[in-house]
Amino acid sequence: MTGWIDALIQGVLLGGLYALFAAGLSLMFGVMRLVNLAHGDLIVLAAFAILVVAGKLGLDPFVAVLLALPVLFVIGFALQYVLLNRTLGRDLLAPLLVTFGLSIIIQNGLLQLFSADSQRLRSGAIETASIPLGGGIAVGVVPLLTLLSAIAVIVLLNFIFYRTPIGRAFRATSDDLEVAQLMGVDIRRIFAVAMGIAFVVIAIAALYLGLRANFDPTIGPARLLYAFEAVIIGGLGSFWGTLAGGIVLGLAQTIGARIDPEWQILAGHLAFLVVLVIRPRGLFPRAQD
Amino acid sequence: MSLLETRKLTAFYGDFQALYGIDTTLEAGETVAIIGANGAGKSTFLKAIAGLIRGEAGSVLLDGMPIGARAAADIVKLGVALVPEGRRLFSSLTVEENLLIGGYGRKMPGPWTLDRVYALFPILKERRHSATPTLSGGQQQMVAIGRALMSNPRVLLCDEISLGLAPIVIADIYAGLPQIKAEGASVVLVEQDIGQAMKVADRVYCFQEGRLPLTGRPRDLTREQIHRAYFGT
Repeated sequence: MTGWIDALIQGVLLGGLYALFAAGLSLMFGVMRLVNLAHGDLIVLAAFAILVVAGKLGLDPFVAVLLALPVLFVIGFALQYVLLNRTLGRDLLAPLLVTFGLSIIIQNGLLQLFSADSQRLRSGAIETASIPLGGGIAVGVVPLLTLLSAIAVIVLLNFIFYRTPIGRAFRATSDDLEVAQLMGVDIRRIFAVAMGIAFVVIAIAALYLGLRANFDPTIGPARLLYAFEAVIIGGLGSFWGTLAGGIVLGLAQTIGARIDPEWQILAGHLAFLVVLVIRPRGLFPRAQD
Repeated sequence: MSLLETRKLTAFYGDFQALYGIDTTLEAGETVAIIGANGAGKSTFLKAIAGLIRGEAGSVLLDGMPIGARAAADIVKLGVALVPEGRRLFSSLTVEENLLIGGYGRKMPGPWTLDRVYALFPILKERRHSATPTLSGGQQQMVAIGRALMSNPRVLLCDEISLGLAPIVIADIYAGLPQIKAEGASVVLVEQDIGQAMKVADRVYCFQEGRLPLTGRPRDLTREQIHRAYFGT
């Protein structure tokens, strides 16, 4: 019994990581209708960026990520403004091809720079610290921080989207691109700001990716898959849905692993398919989508 | 100098030419109506002024300044707001958020605030937190007009604001027009309801297949002239 309770707790905590992977993707799709095939690779790229900043400046990854956040915002803004804005239009193929190309460039660029060796972000004692809950169950501090960070990111994104003028502009643009321009919304700039924010979320996801497990230049696409599944399970256009989707995926994986360690990944994908069959629009779809 | 002027304004949808060299003027304080059958180019004309269809810089002039090549987001900041056909409210925004986004790019100082819009259309204050799809057609049209007013426009372009509404609702909406004009906006109305257009307009332009066969003051135009210009017979 303890084993099962432990699996449930660890599943929820793992869901926090998947929700972080998915939140940036959800934001990009929600505002720009952009399906970003390079999302996983961008998370890996950000993890390497944190690794380099932490290594060169001798900083803890938690401090290094704070330095990386504004830089990544600017990179995201520029990427959207200079490159991705040109691909958005009626044709869905162009952004898919460009982000697919970006994915290949990032993977190979990282292989060239860092080799295929596994890397890890080191943060000292906190990596192995845990809080005993009694009954032989304990939660790791880093997994707990991951979930808390995911909740904080979702709360912050909801605040931006539903309580600020720029959030209104995000939602208006998502509703009706043409009429949003009649309101004085410069959609190229709005999209770039949205991508900048998505990159900040990517950096936070990268921090926990690197702290919780080894990473190398090729693991991006699998992270993209988990992010997609979390977004779709949760329902497009809802950040809380994305968090729920991440947790469903995390739970499915840990329960699967509890049954048989080889079933971990498969159980996650099966849960995704089951949700698609039962609720094709996800668990918490936005009303008009 | 006219407040707004179009000079040999043309517009295309791909290879299809929708407007052929349209010359119009709007003086400060005026209301002009654009009438014409479906497909005559009325909405295209408003879209071209509002920047949703971009053309030659000199084809649209605001206070003599060429704006024909500018983007829609710039034009609203210069004081030209469009109430689009079919209202096109933002469905994921509440009534109040729809009004607030209308002032998003606001650069023009002016009289219109949330409170003033609520004073103009009091029902909107009661429904301020409602989702727009739950509003009646008339209420939605009020939101669309209020949203455009929130940018404090000098020129308000209204596309078919009476379409699909009951006569009593249309009267309610048109009752707001004098106040909008009193606050300094000049108005261009695209209207299928010729009677309504004739009642409120200082001048009328009648479009036909992208051309402008008839213009004049409502009292100077005969029923037969309008009929001929409208239907091309």
